[in-house]
Amino acid sequence: MKIASKAYAALVFIFLYAPIIVMIVFSFNSSSSTSVLSGFSLQWYKVLLEDEATLRALYNTLILAVSSSVIATVLGTAAAVGIDKFKKGIPRSGIMAVTNIPMMNPEIVTGISMMLLFVFVGRLVNIDAVLGFGTLLIAHVTFNLPYVILTVLPKLRQTDRNLAEAAQDLGCKPASAFFKVVLPSIMPGIITGMIMAFTLSLDDFIISYFTGGPGFQTLPIAIFSMTKKRVKPDMYALSALIFVSILLLLILYNIAQQKSEEKSKKK
Amino acid sequence: MNSRSSLRTKLIASPYIVWSVLFIVAPLIFVVYYSFTDASGAFTFENIEALGKYTPTFLRSIWFGIEATIICLIIAFPLAYIISQKTEKVQRTLVMLVMLPMWMSFLIRTYSWMALLQDTGIINSFLGKFGIDPIHMINTEGAVILGMVYNFLPYMIMPIYSVMAKLDHSMVEACQDLGGNRLTVIRKCIIPMSMPGIVSGITMVFVPSVSTFYISQKLGGGSFDLIGDVIERQFQQSYNYNLGASLSLVLMVLILICMAVMNRFSGDEEGMVI
Repeated sequence: MKIASKAYAALVFIFLYAPIIVMIVFSFNSSSSTSVLSGFSLQWYKVLLEDEATLRALYNTLILAVSSSVIATVLGTAAAVGIDKFKKGIPRSGIMAVTNIPMMNPEIVTGISMMLLFVFVGRLVNIDAVLGFGTLLIAHVTFNLPYVILTVLPKLRQTDRNLAEAAQDLGCKPASAFFKVVLPSIMPGIITGMIMAFTLSLDDFIISYFTGGPGFQTLPIAIFSMTKKRVKPDMYALSALIFVSILLLLILYNIAQQKSEEKSKKK
Repeated sequence: MNSRSSLRTKLIASPYIVWSVLFIVAPLIFVVYYSFTDASGAFTFENIEALGKYTPTFLRSIWFGIEATIICLIIAFPLAYIISQKTEKVQRTLVMLVMLPMWMSFLIRTYSWMALLQDTGIINSFLGKFGIDPIHMINTEGAVILGMVYNFLPYMIMPIYSVMAKLDHSMVEACQDLGGNRLTVIRKCIIPMSMPGIVSGITMVFVPSVSTFYISQKLGGGSFDLIGDVIERQFQQSYNYNLGASLSLVLMVLILICMAVMNRFSGDEEGMVI
């Protein structure tokens, strides 16, 4: 039984990693084929680093992911604090239902619905190329918000309400009671929400495809237009680099988490 | 806390409420508006009437979505169980390994499957070394389903695993003590207790599978048009926003109905199972 379950797990992981391994191996291919190996070379990495359009797209993606996740985290945390004060009832469940919409709706519907709004408003104010960085930012903040709210809300529920009151009784103003008492206790939720928002925004293709324009290309959009033609191994090289950096980040994050757990155990 | 300061705290949510009305609710109203108007903005039922033509596409999308969801469930359930039985440290590593592929661009992963499945691709040239004739895999229904299963499998594993990791082991032991053999324990005890995870996994796989457009184009070679493909073409090629809006409206309503049915099986309304 033990061997069977190990073999099963191994098979599933082979399935999950097969295309990624193929991609990494072929990024070192000396010819431009993505199915026949002809030798080892680093030329595709060189091509990649000299390709300004791709680097520009990478830069755009990072700018968008950072700004949208920061805005979503601030707006979303404030929203969660406010929503937490609402008692169970119609206003609260109404807000929660709307919050769930971007998560439940297919991404393509979220994308085209916002595109319709932007195009309509664009026509009203007579701007032809309305789709660009601004619309992408609005779209990304919108689909990031629910994830921030839904990771912060449970933390707020776990926080002892009496703590904030105690702080106020001890002479704190409500605002400073919030920043000194409530905020530190919900911080883990805020950080998780922000990381989630950041990675979602980094990786988003479908919504960006409909709400972005030719003036501001993100990496997934650039990859999409390349896969319309034949993909050359430089795209594989790029993905291999992204894979390795995410792997490193995750390992670091895990080590940090383990250390902080050990610390809290010692206390 | 007195009611005045509570009201003030509630007000902190107002920027978000304004934002969500502007960018979540209003866009959906625009979908409805575009569905019932023509290019000049006049009221019409034309787009709704034109939908009949797309019934086979809708049915195919739903069918493919169901197939992909069932296969994901069959693969994910045992794996989630296996992971949840490991020590905490091993669990964390395995969970990381499950989530890692999700952070790679799904476009590249799908493209990489093309390289694997092609008639002269990696799998077939590998088989050829053993004298096995090439198998035709790309541009088939199976390839599209495989693409869906591959891309969305982690969404099924994660919620099921996170419910199983929190399962009360004394309950499982009680079940065994009462004379249940392995299968009975799984059927009567573990499956019912992990139901919330299964339900959220099913919705998290079904919704993107039904509405996908890239996977079917790349792995289906254009012969398995899904509803997502049709919608995408209305917006990016033929610029018929009104027809595209009405197709999206139907897709949205279909999925809402599926969700409503699924939600009857699970109770939790707030918070995520991730």
